[in-house]
Amino acid sequence: MILDKLLLIALVFAALWTVMTRSLLKAALGLAVTSAMIAIVLFRLDSPLAGVFELSVCAGLITAVFISAISLMKPLTHKETIALSKARIKRYWFLPVIIAAVACIFSKSAIPTGIRVLPQAVELNVQEVLWNSRSLDLFGQIVIVLAGVFGTVILFRENNKK
Amino acid sequence: MIALIIILFVAGLYCILVTRNLMRVLIGLELLTKAVTLLLIVAGYATGRQALAQAIVITLIMIEVVVMAVMAGVILSIYRHTGSLDASNVKSLKG
Repeated sequence: MILDKLLLIALVFAALWTVMTRSLLKAALGLAVTSAMIAIVLFRLDSPLAGVFELSVCAGLITAVFISAISLMKPLTHKETIALSKARIKRYWFLPVIIAAVACIFSKSAIPTGIRVLPQAVELNVQEVLWNSRSLDLFGQIVIVLAGVFGTVILFRENNKK
Repeated sequence: MIALIIILFVAGLYCILVTRNLMRVLIGLELLTKAVTLLLIVAGYATGRQALAQAIVITLIMIEVVVMAVMAGVILSIYRHTGSLDASNVKSLKG
């Protein structure tokens, strides 16, 4: 239980760091850490397959995409960084206050924030659900992946022409 | 747990609303998606339907990856075109 609470607190701090850090690269790494922690939470909630996907795809692949996109951009000069950091402090100081307020509201209100587990429904395993009950989802996934591939190809083909 | 999901959602929404940097908007969107992922899994855990929740989350993650890859490509194109990541520079869509 203490481990779970520590994990959730660390998750909040990782998300806050992702949003508030100055460097884009650090923000991408913060996002990867957040994803990895969410993967651990998914494992703890008896969802290992979703956890594996979260860890490999979100913490791995998406971070790689972010970092490669960021590495193709020119870094800011020292003057620009200082000017931006002053503006950032003004814009972002409010976020920890909002999060503290949300935490206070949920800790004091009567809204049930815990998880009340209902009796286990008779259900198939993930493979059977994915291949039998939700087979249309797989078709949608294939279409979306193809759309993404063609979209990316068109984007970079236009750049080559220019 | 619900509080954590709301905190993640608020952080992502705040990131999208406050910043003008397109890459940060994408990071905010990613945080929002993570909150939804966690909400689906918690709902599946609470109702005892983890398999269905996991199947939906796998679909969600696939959509998330494609959206992120395409959006990163679009942002890169915008950066090459305008020389900045500022969303306020992208005002005119000439077709």
